[in-house]
Order: sequence, then C-alpha cells, then structure tokens
Amino acid sequence: MEIIMSFVIGFLFMAAVYLMLSKSLIRIIIGTGLLSHGAHLLILTMGGLGGTAPPVVADGVSVSDYADPLPQALILTAIVISFAVTSFFLVLAYRAYQELGTDNMNLMRGTEDND
Amino acid sequence: MINLLLFPILIPLLFAAILLFFPKNISLQRIISAAAAVATLISVLFLLLKVKADGVQAVTLGSWDAPFGITMVSDMLSVLLVLSATIITLFVIFYSMPTIGIDREKSFYYPAVLFLLVGVNGAFTTGDIFNLFVFFEVLLMASYMLIVHGGEKPQLRESIKYLLVNVISSALFVAAVAFLYSVTGTLNMADLAVKIPQIEETGILTVIAVMFLVVFGFKAAIFPLYFWLPGAYHAPPIPVLALFGALLTKVGVYAIIRTYTLFFTMNIAFTHELLGIIAILTILAGCIGALAYFDVKKIIIYNIIIAVGVILFGIAQMNEAGIEGALFYLVHDMLIKAALFFLVGIVAVIFGTSNLREMGGLMKTYPVLGWVYLIAAFGLAGIPPLSGFPGKLLIVQGGFEGPQFWGSIVVLATSLLVLLSAIRIFIYAFWGEPVKTVPLKKRSYYQMFVPAVILVGITVILGVGAELFMPLINGAGEVLLNPSIYIDAVLKE
Repeated sequence: MEIIMSFVIGFLFMAAVYLMLSKSLIRIIIGTGLLSHGAHLLILTMGGLGGTAPPVVADGVSVSDYADPLPQALILTAIVISFAVTSFFLVLAYRAYQELGTDNMNLMRGTEDND
Repeated sequence: MINLLLFPILIPLLFAAILLFFPKNISLQRIISAAAAVATLISVLFLLLKVKADGVQAVTLGSWDAPFGITMVSDMLSVLLVLSATIITLFVIFYSMPTIGIDREKSFYYPAVLFLLVGVNGAFTTGDIFNLFVFFEVLLMASYMLIVHGGEKPQLRESIKYLLVNVISSALFVAAVAFLYSVTGTLNMADLAVKIPQIEETGILTVIAVMFLVVFGFKAAIFPLYFWLPGAYHAPPIPVLALFGALLTKVGVYAIIRTYTLFFTMNIAFTHELLGIIAILTILAGCIGALAYFDVKKIIIYNIIIAVGVILFGIAQMNEAGIEGALFYLVHDMLIKAALFFLVGIVAVIFGTSNLREMGGLMKTYPVLGWVYLIAAFGLAGIPPLSGFPGKLLIVQGGFEGPQFWGSIVVLATSLLVLLSAIRIFIYAFWGEPVKTVPLKKRSYYQMFVPAVILVGITVILGVGAELFMPLINGAGEVLLNPSIYIDAVLKE
C-alpha cells in the first residue's frame, strides 16, 4: 500500500511541477494546490498506513500494531494552512489581474525601467 | 515550568486582535500598537533576566510531557533574538506613523505588523519542528498582507512571486518534516537530538539535513535561493521593507542555526562544509548586487544577503569563536539593517526618488543626517569600535581555526566591498552639487529621524560596550555548542 501511495505522491508532485512551470497564473495556483496535496499525502504515508488498527492503545492492542495518530493531526494543520494560503493566492491573483490586466507571468517581469 | 516565555507571543496576538475591531480610528491604532510593542518589550526583558539567572526555560503546552506535547523553549539565543525583533518592531511602528500614509493606516496596517511579530517571536521560541512550520506560516501570512498592502502595481506583481516562492518552500518543508518523522519517529527538537545520534544510517539523515537547508535557505535567502528577495523587497514601502529586511531572513537563519547545531550534527564533514561553501557564495553574490545597482533600497537589500552569508559562515565552523561571532553579528545585523533602511528611507523621501544618480549635496541642508548615516555605514562594514566589528572579528577567527581558512579571507576582503557599497550612497547623496529636494515639514522629518537615530545609538552601544554583552552571547553560544544543556532542560523537568 505504501508503494502505491508513493507513486501517487510522485505523480502529484510531477503534475504540480508541470503546472507551475506554465505561464498562466491560474494554472500555477492549481499547481501549488496539487503540490500541497502531495506533501500532505507524504506525511500520511511516512507515518505508516495503519490499516484497520485503532489509533489508541486499548485493551488487547499491543503497542506494535496500533495506528500512529500523529500524522493525521499534522495533516489537518497543514491542510488548514494551505487552504488559507490558496484562498489568499486566488484573491491576490484576481486583484492583480484587475490592476495589471494580464495573467501571463511573462508580462509580469519587473525590471528597473518599467517599475 | 513558567509561562513567561509565552508572553512575547501572546501579547502582540491579543493586541492585534483588539486592533481589528476599529480600523478607522488612527490615533487609537497608533497608541495601542505602540503600547503592545512596549508591553512585549517589558515581558521580554523579564524573560531575559529569568533565562540569565536560571538557564534554559521550557514549557510544554497542555502539560503533556516533552516528546508528546508541543514544547516552547527559551534559551539565551532565542530570547536575544526575540528581544531584537521586539525592539525593531517598536521602532518600525514609530517610523510608520509619519511615512506609511493615512490610507494604509486605516486598513489594518498595525494589526499586520503585530501578527508578524507573533510569528517571528513564536518561530524563535518553539521547540518543535512542526510547530516551527506553523509559526513560519503565521509570519508568512502577515508578510503576504504587508507586502501587498496598498495595492500598487509593483507590489501586486512582486507579491505574486513572493507568495509562489513561499508556497513552494512550505510544501517542501512539510515533505522534509514527513521524511524526518518517518526516520526518527519524533518531531520534538530535543527528542530529535537524542534519537538522531542513535540512528546508524547517516546517509538518509544527511539527505534530510540538506532538504531542511533548502527549505530554510529559501527563507534565509542563501545562494542560489536568494533570487526572489531583491525584487520582492523592493516593492513595499520603507517601514515594511525595514521590518522584512531586519526580521524575515533572520528567522530562516535562526532555523538553520538551531537545526544544524542541535541535531543535524551526524555528518559535519559534509553538511557543515556545504554550509560554509554556500555561505561564501552567498557573500560574493550579495557583493556583486550591492555594487551593481544605483538604487539606495537595492544596495541595502543586497547587503542583507551578504550578512546572511557572513552569519552562516560563522555557524558552519562549529567552534566557539565562529558560533559566538555569528550570534553577535546576527543581533548586530538585525538592528543595523533596520537603522539603515530608516535612514535611506528619509533620504529617498527628501529627494522623492531612490535613484542615486538623481541625488546630491544633502550635507549642506541635512548635516546631522549625513553624519548619522556615516556612523551606521561604518557599523555595517565593521569598523572598530562599532557593532559590526566584534562579531566579524570572532567569525574570522573561527574561520582561521577551522578547515575553511580561505573563507575568512573572503569575509575580510568583502568587508571592504560592503564599506564601498554603503559609502557610495554617502558620496552620491550627501556630497556633490545640491539638487532639488522635496520640501519636508520639520515635524515629520524629526518623526522619521528620531527612531533612526535611537536605533543607530543602540548599535553604537552594542559595539562600544561589547564587553557588557559578551556574557549573554557566551551563554547563547554555550547552549549551541553543548546540546545536552538544551536537551536536559526540555526532557528532564
């Protein structure tokens, strides 16, 4: 299961890099979304997938076969943060589109002359 | 266990939340934000005394014992940095009042500054690597707001790039934390320092250490990850620039110092040599930029990058002189960068431009400003007895004691280039034929000038009275060189 997840994460990172290398701002934002999804899945997988084991040490459950409860807590925090950042990014992109009249990153280069 | 070390985080948070309720009442915003910074400063001074008297302070949130609960740790290094950050924020608030403009003040400028202080103080204090990520995001969120605040075209354009770079580095941070967790099974820094030496496969840990160097290097602007900094920092107005230049990169530097002295010490021959080489390249890249531009803001911005290189070179030596020098230089650099940005901000306001070619002859009309700038520039370059000197002396000494003696030669040689870049501003702006200046009210000039003078004064005291401050720096360096002090304070309560 961990191997399959590794491939999924690798695919997500690949897609994210591809999208972030494009010129259109909205594709870049979708790319950052995929990138954070990949990173979150990575935390989940790296903690070890517990299967059906409970995340608490109850009677009759030895320490060796309980699911690690920490990764999901970390992911929850990371998801909330990436949600906030992505929504801010979308608002910023819309505002920048209104002001600058373009969403093409090539036209957003700043040099000293056209500053 | 005391809660005192949480106050520098909670006080600005509380006041920032209060300020959100009445954005239009400017005088109240000004008074309350200044009061918040003063209250934070008082709590930090109490904390400094406590840490000096009783050693490293630690508190675990919710009273879960150390490896399980989130730990906040205040050792001498973190409390010194929290102190410098709070002093700078206080002066930035004073400097903002005449310069930032009514429109910005009416739209949540002061709360954003205080939220930034929350994130910075939290990042300096936390003892948990995932919590460090959370505080990074807190300060980044505030910095996103400050960099785009005002909504001018260059700001919007640059803030998109700034945001994108930081989103990518945050995702890498999460990935690096995931790898670290899968190898060690813990995220508490003190617990990591216990567990990592027990792991025999140093190869995978070296990879993770380099991943963290990349993550923190984005924030700290090391070579070659500094590319975003000059453009992004050039866009916002001067008070925001001073705040960013003095605090944000230093948080990244602090994170590198903490991780590379506390637990990523399993393969010093590779990781710290890499850090040393990168530090030297950072210095050289910064020097090229600082000499290439004719824009006062750009020149000082590139000096930020040079300072990051100098500090990290000291840390990479991993000997007493190198680390203590780096810590002294870190505190010095935070203060002097804020002071220099304040001063060039005044110069830019007087001339109505930040282009050096359109300046000249200020010495006749504003002689005091000129002399204060000259002192700050000498302090930046490290001319004795000013504050840059003791730090740089120790860093160079540490380099000659270590294997990378050639790095010390580069640090010494580039000091001259730093002096040249800062003196160029003096020569172009203060000497030469007077050019037309923007008329400036006496009152608003002094409102800008006084915070700058006080900050320069603090750096002069730091330099001349270096003997007074060295015991504090020694205490900070001792904890970094002997991680067992830190580990005992956190794990054995």
